[in-house]
Amino acid sequence: MKSFGTGLLMLLVVAAFLALWIALPWQGVVLLAVLLALWMTLTRRGRQTWQVTRVGLSTVWQRLGSSSVVVVGIAGVVGVLVAMLAMSEGFAETLRATGNDHTAIVLRGGSQAELNSVLDRDSANVVIQAPGVKKGADGKPIASSELVVVANLPRKGDPNSDSNVPIRGVSGDVWALRDQVKIVEGRKFNPGLRELIVGKGAKAQFEGLDVGKSLRLAGQDWTIVGTFASGDALESELWGDTQSVASAYRRGSSVASVTVLLDSPQAFDAFKANLAADPRLKVDATTTREYFSKQSEGLTKVLRIVGITVGIIMAIGAVFGALNTMFAAIQARAREIATLRAIGFRGVPVVVSVMLETMLLALLGGLIGAGIVWIIFNGYSASTLGANFSQVVFRFHVSGALLWTGIKWALAIGFIGGLFPALRAARLPVTTALREL
Amino acid sequence: MKYLHLIWAALFRRKLRTFLTLVSILAAFLLFGMLDATRAAFSSGDSVIGVDRLLTTSRYSIIQSLPSSLATRMQAIPGVKAVGHANWFGGIYQDPKNFVLSFAVSDNYLDIYHEVQLPPEQRKAFETTRTGAIVGEALAKRFGWKVGDKIPLQSTIFPQRNGDKIWPFDIVGIYTPAKGAANGTDQQFFFHYKYFQEANAYQSIGNTVGWYVVQLTSSDKADPVAKAIDALSANSDHETKTQTEQAFNASFAKQLGDIGLIVSAIMGAVFFTLILLTGNTMAQAVRERTNELAVLKTIGFSSGSVLGMVLAEGILLLVLGGVIGLAIAAVLVPIVAKGSGGMLNLPPIGAQTWLLGLGLMVVIGALVGALPAIRAMRLNIVDALAGR
Amino acid sequence: MSTLIDIQDLSKVYERGRQKVEVLHGVNLKVEEGDFLALMGPSGSGKTTLLNLIGGLDTPTGGSLSVAGERIDRMSGGQLARWRAAHVGFVFQFYNLMPMLTAQRNVELPLLLTKLSASQRKQNASVALQLVGLADRAAHKPSELSGGQQQRVAIARAIVSDPTLLVCDEPTGDLDRQSAEDILGLLRELNREHGKTIVMVTHDPKAAEYANHTLHLDKGALVEQAA
Repeated sequence: MKSFGTGLLMLLVVAAFLALWIALPWQGVVLLAVLLALWMTLTRRGRQTWQVTRVGLSTVWQRLGSSSVVVVGIAGVVGVLVAMLAMSEGFAETLRATGNDHTAIVLRGGSQAELNSVLDRDSANVVIQAPGVKKGADGKPIASSELVVVANLPRKGDPNSDSNVPIRGVSGDVWALRDQVKIVEGRKFNPGLRELIVGKGAKAQFEGLDVGKSLRLAGQDWTIVGTFASGDALESELWGDTQSVASAYRRGSSVASVTVLLDSPQAFDAFKANLAADPRLKVDATTTREYFSKQSEGLTKVLRIVGITVGIIMAIGAVFGALNTMFAAIQARAREIATLRAIGFRGVPVVVSVMLETMLLALLGGLIGAGIVWIIFNGYSASTLGANFSQVVFRFHVSGALLWTGIKWALAIGFIGGLFPALRAARLPVTTALREL
Repeated sequence: MKYLHLIWAALFRRKLRTFLTLVSILAAFLLFGMLDATRAAFSSGDSVIGVDRLLTTSRYSIIQSLPSSLATRMQAIPGVKAVGHANWFGGIYQDPKNFVLSFAVSDNYLDIYHEVQLPPEQRKAFETTRTGAIVGEALAKRFGWKVGDKIPLQSTIFPQRNGDKIWPFDIVGIYTPAKGAANGTDQQFFFHYKYFQEANAYQSIGNTVGWYVVQLTSSDKADPVAKAIDALSANSDHETKTQTEQAFNASFAKQLGDIGLIVSAIMGAVFFTLILLTGNTMAQAVRERTNELAVLKTIGFSSGSVLGMVLAEGILLLVLGGVIGLAIAAVLVPIVAKGSGGMLNLPPIGAQTWLLGLGLMVVIGALVGALPAIRAMRLNIVDALAGR
Repeated sequence: MSTLIDIQDLSKVYERGRQKVEVLHGVNLKVEEGDFLALMGPSGSGKTTLLNLIGGLDTPTGGSLSVAGERIDRMSGGQLARWRAAHVGFVFQFYNLMPMLTAQRNVELPLLLTKLSASQRKQNASVALQLVGLADRAAHKPSELSGGQQQRVAIARAIVSDPTLLVCDEPTGDLDRQSAEDILGLLRELNREHGKTIVMVTHDPKAAEYANHTLHLDKGALVEQAA
């Protein structure tokens, strides 16, 4: 009954620790580390602890095999976790960056994605002329009527594969509308011609998109005349003139969406209300920020859930691996610990030193895992199927916050993996431990 | 086998250590089971039933439709048994989150997709109801649909001719996929192309179909038939691309990202750690037992059988933890699939996963047992007994 | 009575790094079948080495060693293992029982190497335990037994496959006086009633008294000493 009570208590302690730990910002952790260091240098008990810890650490090398189990195990957990989260975050960020608050996208009501949306020419014109749309120097509204279609292109290095690559027809003053888009090679396409410019991301992922090459789309030959960079999801696309794309794909005069530059972010609500009140229109208006952020929601969530689930399962495995190693370490050092206790060292230094040793090993593991992921994956480019039934090229983003998350996980695993062996070490009956071995 | 109790006893010599190691192994194989299910969910291209089917889509893009006039010309190609067609409907039920895999299909579609098994009276009802729809049992369960229900489905693409975005349907049948059907077959929604065509706001849809499904007289004709079909529209403005259903599914799954690669990378990291961890445990265990192993050899156990026993111990350890882990995964996977509300269509853990898992357990077990086993085999009795 | 063990000019050299240590040299010894021989000598005299050689745990560097007419000095490791399983029972100072097996299972251990069925193995082990007077402790693990009882289990294990030769290395070295006498009495009974040939290493003169006769070793050679 008593052992059950202690077990329950330990469980509560661990749970409470984890809850606090997750909530703790980095300043808190630094503060804790500073406090620990002060305690170890300024108080007698603290100095004792430091001595005991040093003895323990000096034997780590002799236990290289089992110590490396803790380090590698935790490196694995942190590596996988950080990689998955970097993927999820990179995807979300790529799409988030695509939109902003001062442009709005208008789709047919209920369409959700441009691929599903159709607006006839009249509706598109009404939207472009609506109040709240910013006018350019020439007095014309800054807007682009767009059409998204999908082309099959082979992935680089895999000529037999088919990937759905989005082709966006853009019109009007799209360059003023999307000022983040810069031509980095070649030139802009000429309206009315079958010319395309390709996003940097698409060029890197798919075959045959170099400037000067020609591409067969909808039974016609198109020429690639330039490459553009935008640092967002648009880089996954191929752009051409809306009219040319519409005629090639036999869409008549209809378009899929209209994107407009607003007078200001505050003008959006009025713009939206105005369109909603117009009896000629059945459209949905959203800011581009909201539109693109929403597209990443599903996948980002799935990736996060998968990453954290995998991380938790791996962490359980790693905790038990660490427990095993530390129990064995204490077994091996039983005599030494007992001697310390016999001399007069109290329980606290022993507990803290074992914990500290485990957490240092864990920290090392966390740094290795996070470091490897950072080196390999930061900026790594991948693509997946996005909202328009077509490929979105995105980059893994290993942010400082993510690295910190990884380190926190590592330390949490180290804490649990060290706690139980530490308590056993402190409870070790001095006499039997001395007699054994 | 008569050594089994010896191996078992050795394994549980230190209960705590073995328990801790077992949990680590368990975690690794739990992960293996769940990730393998995920991988399988994204590579549903392995329906055994679909080997005699080809899909003909537009060569330029999956979203482009094909002229309906192609059907009769395709039918005339030798090796073609039947030609059906389908259109993507893009249905959602009540809320944009409730996406329904819905297709407007030709009348012979259910004959070609014979894994869609429907009771005869429901099939009859489907044939005679213009707005009739049949749904997979998993889908029906998800939304609580029953035969006789009238349900509204909104299309994200096609409004009705009267401008209404909501299409009414009558559920006239609930089908169960036959054994061997592709994963996710029980999540689909089929209705008549005729209804789709007549009620559609886009009248031009009448001359086109989304894609064709071709049933072959025999699966070995796939190549020539596919070439002949594509030749029909060569150099036209609607060139086609014909491939086997499997190839189509595989290429589609690939577009989501290389799930297989991600899964292998994670499992690589996991198993590498596992080998290190259990290898260390085994080495420790054997070091501690040096004396006992020496006694066994003294009694007359050969070096070979000592080697075998230590190897078997490693394998037993892995199989024990691994089987429990996979069993937990087998229980957990359907729960997760259910909890995701149809988002994550995880298939149950099949024989293939079990076989692969058992194979991995044995290999890893032998691997972690190998070094300590060789050490045990080479053990010098005299030195070991003297504690050297 | 015939000669069971015939040792001629036996020598054993160990190499410790570059140094060569001659542990035994020129040992000549005959042990009759049914004999109970005690080997005595100071530590480092080579008595355990000699015992290991007789028991087939080690191979000599020179000379010849035959047991029941078989030249065990010429056997390979595998042959020796089979030979030991069939002909020799071992009793150690620290019992060397398997800690996680019951007494019954410990005794059964050597029988795993025979073709006996599971039920026969069980029966033979029970008989052996009965012989050492521990039938009622069959289900106990070594940790639940006293030192004397553990040594009895070890003896039961040594005789269960009915070997001709028992090799005992300080069998009473870790026991109190009373238990030691019980064990030695048991060994004498096995020698007299069951005809086992016993070679025992001991440093305890009282233990040696139980043997039929005693030989002394010093610096790797047998020495004549007035009994």
